Amino acid sequence: MRIERRLRQPWWLTVVVPVVSIAVAFVLSGFVLFLTGHPPLKSFHRILDAAFIANGALSETVIAATPLAFTGLAAAVAFRMNLFNIGGEGQLYAGAITGAAIGLLMAGSPSPLVFAGMIAAGAAGGALLAAIPALLRAFFSTNEIITSLMLNYVVALVLEYLIFDSHSYLRDTSGFEASVFPQGKTLPDEATWSSWTIHGLVLPLGFLLAIAVATLVWVLYTRTRFGFEVQVIGDSARAGRYAGMRTRRKILAVMCLSGAIAGLGGASQMGDFRHQLDPQGLRQANYGYTGIVVAALARYNPFAVVLVALLLGGLTNAGFTLQGADFPAGLVGVMQGLILFCALGGELFVRYRVRFAW
Amino acid sequence: MVANDHVDFDAAEGEVHALLGENGAGKTTLSKMLTGLYRPDEGEIVLFGRTVEFSSPRDALDAGIAMVHQHFKLVSPFTVAENVVLGDQRDVGRSFLLRQRAIESRVEELSRRYGLAVDPRARIWQLSVGEQQRVEILKALYQDARILILDEPTAVLTPQEAEALFETIRAMAADGRTVIFISHKLHEVKAVADRVTVLRRGKSVATVPAADATPRSLAALMVGRELETGRRSTERGPTGEAVLELDGVWADGDRGVAAVKDVSLTIRGGEIVGVAGVAGNGQRELAETIVGMRPVTRGAVQVCGRRLSGGDPREAISAGVAYVPEDRLGTGVAPGLSIASNIVLKAYRRSPVSSGPMLRFGRIRDLARGVIDRYDVRTSGPNVPAWQLSGGNLQKVVLAREFSGDPAVLVAASPTRGLDVAGIETVHSYLRDAASTGVGVLLISEDLDEILAIADRVAVMYEGTVVGERDAGTATVEELGLMMAGAGSED
Repeated sequence: MRIERRLRQPWWLTVVVPVVSIAVAFVLSGFVLFLTGHPPLKSFHRILDAAFIANGALSETVIAATPLAFTGLAAAVAFRMNLFNIGGEGQLYAGAITGAAIGLLMAGSPSPLVFAGMIAAGAAGGALLAAIPALLRAFFSTNEIITSLMLNYVVALVLEYLIFDSHSYLRDTSGFEASVFPQGKTLPDEATWSSWTIHGLVLPLGFLLAIAVATLVWVLYTRTRFGFEVQVIGDSARAGRYAGMRTRRKILAVMCLSGAIAGLGGASQMGDFRHQLDPQGLRQANYGYTGIVVAALARYNPFAVVLVALLLGGLTNAGFTLQGADFPAGLVGVMQGLILFCALGGELFVRYRVRFAW
Repeated sequence: MVANDHVDFDAAEGEVHALLGENGAGKTTLSKMLTGLYRPDEGEIVLFGRTVEFSSPRDALDAGIAMVHQHFKLVSPFTVAENVVLGDQRDVGRSFLLRQRAIESRVEELSRRYGLAVDPRARIWQLSVGEQQRVEILKALYQDARILILDEPTAVLTPQEAEALFETIRAMAADGRTVIFISHKLHEVKAVADRVTVLRRGKSVATVPAADATPRSLAALMVGRELETGRRSTERGPTGEAVLELDGVWADGDRGVAAVKDVSLTIRGGEIVGVAGVAGNGQRELAETIVGMRPVTRGAVQVCGRRLSGGDPREAISAGVAYVPEDRLGTGVAPGLSIASNIVLKAYRRSPVSSGPMLRFGRIRDLARGVIDRYDVRTSGPNVPAWQLSGGNLQKVVLAREFSGDPAVLVAASPTRGLDVAGIETVHSYLRDAASTGVGVLLISEDLDEILAIADRVAVMYEGTVVGERDAGTATVEELGLMMAGAGSED
C-alpha cells in the first residue's frame, strides 16, 4: 500500500470527504453507545433533539457556539499565515478582563456607547496580549507556539488573582455572599448586550458580531493586498521576503488581529452571557483550545468556522441537557472526540490518495 | 537526465584516488551509486573482484564502503561516541544498553591512530565544523570501512584543518584503505591524491597519475576545450550608463563570517556580465546582497546612481533590480499559490493590479493569461499551483514576472540549473533580449560554457573576492578555470 500526493484535488473531494468522515464518526459513536448499553439510534435522536430541535435548544446552542466562533476565527486568522497562535485561551481571558472593566467603568452611560466601549476594550486587551509573542517572533524568531501557550497560564493566574487573591476593582466585595465566596462584580444593566429574537431563536449581539467578523476576515484574506501577502508568507516566507513584503509587520498585524478576535470572544462572554468576571467558569470552558480544533475542522475558512462552532456548540449543549444518571456527560465528549478524529484523519484523503500495489 | 554516462573508474587498495570535475559533472551521482543511494542503469560495480549490487546504503556499508557527505549526517544533541556507534549493527552497537565506556575507548584509540583529535564525550553541537567532519570519518573507520569516499571534504575547512585532514588521509591509505577524494580544487588534488580521474558532463575523460599532472593540464581536462562555438558575437549593441555599481562590498554568509569580501564591479545598461566561480565562493551571497536579501556590511551598492541602504528587498525592487534566484521553488515562487498569484508576486502593490487595499482579480487573470501565452508556459491554466510546473515552465513564469517590472538591472543566479536543453536555450534568449533592451544583466553561473556563450565580460570569484575580470571574447577556458580554482589570480 502506498500513499502519494494528489496532483490535482477535485473540488468534490472537499465536500465528500468531510461528509463521509462525519458519517464514519457517527457509526463509530453508535458502536460506543451500543457497547455502553444505549440504543444508538434513539440516543442520536435525543442528542439531535437536545442540540437543535427541542424548544429553545437552538438558542442554547448559539450561546455555546459564540465563544467557539470567536476563538476559531482567531486561530484560523493566524494559522493561515503559519503563525501558530495557541494563545486564544489567554487572549479571551484578557478580553474578558478589559471588557468587564470598561463595562463597570462606563456604568450610567447610554447602552450603545457601553457596548462599543466593551467591544473596543475586549479587542484591545486580546491584541495587546498577542503582541507579546508577536514581537518576540518578529524580532527574535522565538517560537510563538510556546510563548503564546505559556501566556495562557499567566493570564489565567492574573484572572484568579483579580477575583480571589486581591481586592481589585473587578471583585465584588459588597454583599455577605461575596465575602464568603469571592466573585466578580456584576455588570450594570447598560452593559448587558442586546439580543434579537426571531421565531423563538435568540440571537445575541456577540453571535452577530462573530458573523460580521467572519465576513470581514473573508474579505480581508481573499480580496485585499494584505490577504495576498498573508497567503504568500504563509506558503513560503522566503518568497514573501524576496517579493519585498514586510514580513515582520505582517507577523505583528496578523497576531494582533488574531488576539483581538479572541478578545472579542471574552468581551462577549461578559456582555452577552456571564455579566461578571468568573475565572473558574471561563477556565473550565476551554474556549481557546477548542477554538483551535474548530479552525482545523473548518480548514481555516471563516464561514466554515461559524458552522463548525455551531456543530460543536450543539454537542456541548446536548451534553449539558442529557447528562444524568442514564447518560454520562462523557459520552458526548467521546462523540466530539470521534468527530474530530475522523474529520482530521479524513484530511489525508483530500491531499493524498492511497494506492494498493504489491 | 543522464548524470553519469558510461563512467569507467577504478581504485586500488591503499590508494588515494581523486575525482575531479566541475559542479554538475557527476561526481556526487557517482559516489551515490557507490554507496547504494542510487542504482546504476547500466554497467557494474566490482568490489575486491566480485560484482556487487547495492540496494541500500546498508549493503554498501556491509561491503566496506562508507561516505563522508558534504552535509554531515550527525545527530547534534548526541555525543561523539553515540554518533559513531549509530547505525552499527555489530557487537557494541547492537547491544540493547549503550556501553558508553567501551565505545568511548574504541573511539579514542581510532582517533589517536589516525590523528583525528576529538573528545568522544563532547556533544556534536559543541564542535566546530572541522571536528564534526572528524566524527564523520571516525564513524566510517569504526565501521571498519575499506573504502572511504570524501565528498568535497575541504570545502568547509580552514587551510590548517585541511592540512591535518590530508595527514589523516595518508595514514588511512598507509593502512591499506582506499580513499576516494572528491574535489574541484586543483592544488589539493595534487597534494593528496595518487591518481586523478577527471569527470566532465557525466563522462570520465581521463585518469592520470597526480604526480604527472599540473594544475593547468587538470583545468583543461576539467572544463574541456570544445566550446569555441557558442560564443556571443563580438559586435553588440552600444552599452549605456552604469546601472549597477558595487564599490568595495562586503557581506556576511549564513554562518556569520564574511562571504563577500571587497567586491567592486560595474555593469552598464545593455551588458551581460558573467560571474564565474566554483559553488560556495560567495556568488550566491553576492547576488542576495545586490537584491537586498542580505545586508551590506561594508561598501556601497548603487543602482542607476542611487545608493541602496541594503538589506531591504523592496528598496532594491523599486530601484529597478530584478532577481531570478537560484532557488526557484520556495524563493522565486510561492509553490502552493497559483501561477496567477506568482505572476503578480511583486506587482500586487502597484496600481493596475490593485486599487487601494483591494486586489483586482480580473486584471490579475488577464495578466496571467497574457504571460502564459506570450512566454509559452505549458500549463492547463492560471489557477494551477506553481509547484506543478516543470522547471523550465516555472523559470518562464519567474522571468516573465521579473521582466514585467521594467528593471534596470537583472540578477540571474544559476538560471538554467536543472533545465533541459530547450529550457536553457529559452532562458538564454530571454537574457539576451533583456540586454538588447538596455537592461544590465548580472549572470551568476558555475557553468563556464554558459557564461562564455552569452556574457560580454566575465568576473571570476574565488573565496568571496573577484580575483579577475576578463573580456568574454578573448578569455580562454584554461585561464578562467585556473582563476576559479584559485591557482592563477595574477590579476
